[in-house]
Amino acid sequence: MSSGVDLEHVTIRFGDFTAVDDANLAIRKGEFFSFLGPSGCGKTTILRAVSGFNEPTEGTIRINGSDMRGIGPNKRPTALIFQNLALFPLMSVADNIAFGLEVEGVKYIERRRRAEELLDLIALSGQGDKMVSELSGGQKQRVAIARALAVEPEVLLLDEPLSALDLKLRQHMRSELRNIQQRVGITFIYITHDQGEALTMSDRIAVMSAGVIEQVGDGSTIYNEPETAFVASFVGENNPFYGKVVKVDGEYAQIQNKFGLLRGRNTQDMSVGDSAILFVRPEALSLVEGNDTTPAENVIESTILAEEFEGPSIHIHMEGDTEKRISFSVSNEGKGTHLKVGDTAKICFEVNRAIVLPEGDLADE
Amino acid sequence: MSDFLSVFLAVVLALLVAPMLQKNTDTVWANLRQITFVKKNGVLVSTYLLGAVFIWVGLMIVAPQLYMVDFSFRDGAIGGDPEAYTLKNYSYLIFGRDSDENLFNLLHLQIFLKTILASVGVTLLAFLLCYPIAYYLAQSTKGGTTRLFLIALILPFWVNEILRAFAFRILFGSSGVINVVLMGMGILDEPIDFIKADIAMYAGLSYAYILLMVFPIYNAIESLDHNQIEAARDLGSPWWRIHYRVVIPYAKPGIASGCTMVFMLSAGALAVPQILGGPSSLWFTQIIYDWFFTGGDWSRGSAYAFVLLFSCIIFVLAVMKFFKVNLGELAK
Ligand SMILES: Nc1ncnc2c1ncn2[C@@H]1O[C@H](COP(=O)(O)OP(=O)(O)OP(=O)(O)O)[C@@H](O)[C@H]1O
Ligand SMILES: [Mg+2]
Repeated sequence: MSSGVDLEHVTIRFGDFTAVDDANLAIRKGEFFSFLGPSGCGKTTILRAVSGFNEPTEGTIRINGSDMRGIGPNKRPTALIFQNLALFPLMSVADNIAFGLEVEGVKYIERRRRAEELLDLIALSGQGDKMVSELSGGQKQRVAIARALAVEPEVLLLDEPLSALDLKLRQHMRSELRNIQQRVGITFIYITHDQGEALTMSDRIAVMSAGVIEQVGDGSTIYNEPETAFVASFVGENNPFYGKVVKVDGEYAQIQNKFGLLRGRNTQDMSVGDSAILFVRPEALSLVEGNDTTPAENVIESTILAEEFEGPSIHIHMEGDTEKRISFSVSNEGKGTHLKVGDTAKICFEVNRAIVLPEGDLADE
Repeated sequence: MSDFLSVFLAVVLALLVAPMLQKNTDTVWANLRQITFVKKNGVLVSTYLLGAVFIWVGLMIVAPQLYMVDFSFRDGAIGGDPEAYTLKNYSYLIFGRDSDENLFNLLHLQIFLKTILASVGVTLLAFLLCYPIAYYLAQSTKGGTTRLFLIALILPFWVNEILRAFAFRILFGSSGVINVVLMGMGILDEPIDFIKADIAMYAGLSYAYILLMVFPIYNAIESLDHNQIEAARDLGSPWWRIHYRVVIPYAKPGIASGCTMVFMLSAGALAVPQILGGPSSLWFTQIIYDWFFTGGDWSRGSAYAFVLLFSCIIFVLAVMKFFKVNLGELAK
C-alpha cells in the first residue's frame, strides 16, 4: 500500500456520540494534507487517533502500511503540535527542542548540537538558552515545530497551530510552515477551520462536517468542483438557489427557482425531480446594465437590500430566495454606483460558472 | 507575671493610644486616610484588619514566643536564681550534667537526631503515598469523581487525632487486625510487635498529615496543562520521565510546601509518638513535655523547644535552597 497515512473505515465514538464516521483516506508520503471543517466536526479527534492518544472504535489506521492499533503515542513515528503548543515552561528553548533526544538517551553534547541545528532551521540561532516565556508568539510556534522535528517523525501532526496568532503573523507563519515542510520533506497533517490557511498551504484538503469527510481534493478542486452543498457553502463565499431539477441536458441541469429557471453544471448526476441547490460564486455574478443586452437565461431580478463600499469594489446584497441574501461585488469605476437601496436590479451568470448539487445542509456563517 | 511581658504590653498600648491622645487628632486622621491601604478598604475595615492581624501575630504568636525565649535563658531549676541570665539550659542538651561520665548528653542528642531523621523519613513516606494520589486526582479524574475522592480523604480527619492514633494501636497491636490477618494467612507464625519497632508510629505520623501533603501537591498539579504531559508522551517519553522532567518540576512549590508542613508537624508531634511510640523510644517533643510538666523546669523545656524549632527551620531552609525553591513559592 501507500507509505503514508491510511485511514480505513475509521469510526470514533464517545459513548453514543459518533465524532468521526467511517473516514477513508490515503495520505501520501511527503504530502501537506489539511483537514478543514467547522468547530466540533471531529478534526482533533482524527488527529489524536493518528498520534495514538485515542484508538478508533472501528477501522484501521496505518502508518507506512503497518497497523497502528495498540501502539502508544510514544511509539508511533508521529509528532503532534498542540493547539496551545504545550512547550515545557520550566526548560530552556534548547532543552525543549532536545527533549525527544533526551528521551532517546542521546548524550548532552550531541543533543546541544542537534538543537542548535534545528534552531538554525527555524531562524532562532543562538537563542537556545532563553526560557520559553522570553519568546514571542511566533517564536514559540517555531520552537514547537523544532521540538517535534527533533525526533525525526515521519508524520508531523499540527492542530490549528496558528490560531492563537494575530493575522499578520499568521500569514507569515503560513509560508514559513510550507517552507519548512518542503525542506524536511515529511508528511504534514494540518488541521484548521480557516479555509484561507488550508487553500494556501495544502497539497490536498479533506473537508469535514459533523464527523463525516465530505470531500477530498486539492484547493482548486475543492473550490471549483464542490461535491456537496456543505463544501460549496463552507469553502469561500457562495450564493445558493433552491429548487427542483426540471430538465437535464448533457452536462447541465436546470432548476425551477423562485427567480425563474436557472441552469448550471450537473456534476453529481442529478435527475429530473430531485431537490437541488444551484450555487453561484459572487465573482461569477454580474449586473445587467441596459435592457437590450439582457442575456437569454440565468437572469435574476431582485431588490437591493444593502451596499457596502469597500474601496476597490462595492459589495451589494440583494434579496435571495431564502433568508440568505444574494451577495456579489461590482468594481469601483470612480463614480460610485447608480444603484440605490430599495431599487430592483437584474443580475446574471454564465452557465459554466454555476453548479447544481443535491440539496443538503449549508455551513453556518 | 514577668517584667518582660508588662513592658511589651505597655509599649504596644502606648503605640496604639498615643496618636489618639494627641491634640491634632484631625491631622492624624487625615494622614491615615492618605494611606492606600486605608483608602482601599475604608477606615473601619482597615482598622479591623490591622488590629486582627496584629493581635493574632503579635499577641498570640510573637509575644509568647519572645517570652519563652526569655525564659529559656534563665535558671528555672529549683534553688536557681530566676533573675540571672544563663546558657546552662542549652548546654545541658549538649553536655548534660558535669557529673555524668560522658562528655556529651548522648541520650538527648540521640533522641534529637532520631526525631529529625525519622521526621524526614515520615515526610518521604507521606510524599511517596500522596504524590500518586494527588497526581491521579489532579490529572486523571473528572469533577464529580475528584470531589468524591477528596471527601473520602477529608472525612476521616473529622475524627480527632487521639482517637485516630488509638485506632492505629488497634490495627497494629500484637493481637490487632494486621497481625491476625497475616497469621491467618499463614505468613507469620508469631505476631510482629509493630509498636515496639516504631512501625506503628511512623505509619501513624505519615497518616496524620496526609491531607497537608495531598492538597498542596494536588493544587500544583491541577494547574498543569494536560497537553504538556501528552506532548512529553508524544515525544517518546516513558511515564517515569514525564514525572521526573515535567510534572515534578512544575509541582515543586506544592511539593515543597507539603513536605515542609509534614516535616515540621511530625518533628513537633506529641500525641502520636506518645500513643504509638514503643516503650523504649522517645520523641524529642516528649522530653520537652517532660521538662515542662514532670520536671517542672520551664526554662529547660523552652530551651529544648527552641533548639527543635530552629533546627527544623534551618533544616527546611537548607533543603529548600538545595532544591531551589523560594520561600514565596510555598504560599502559591
Ligand atoms: N473525550 C471526549 N469525550 C466525549 N466527547 C468528545 C471527546 N473528545 C471530543 N468529543 C466530541 O467530539 C466532537 C469533535 O471534537 P473535536 O475536538 O474533534 O472537534 P474539532 O473539529 O477539533 O473542533 P475545534 O475546531 O473546535 O477544535 C465534539 O462534539 C466533542 O464534543
Ligand atoms: Mg480541535
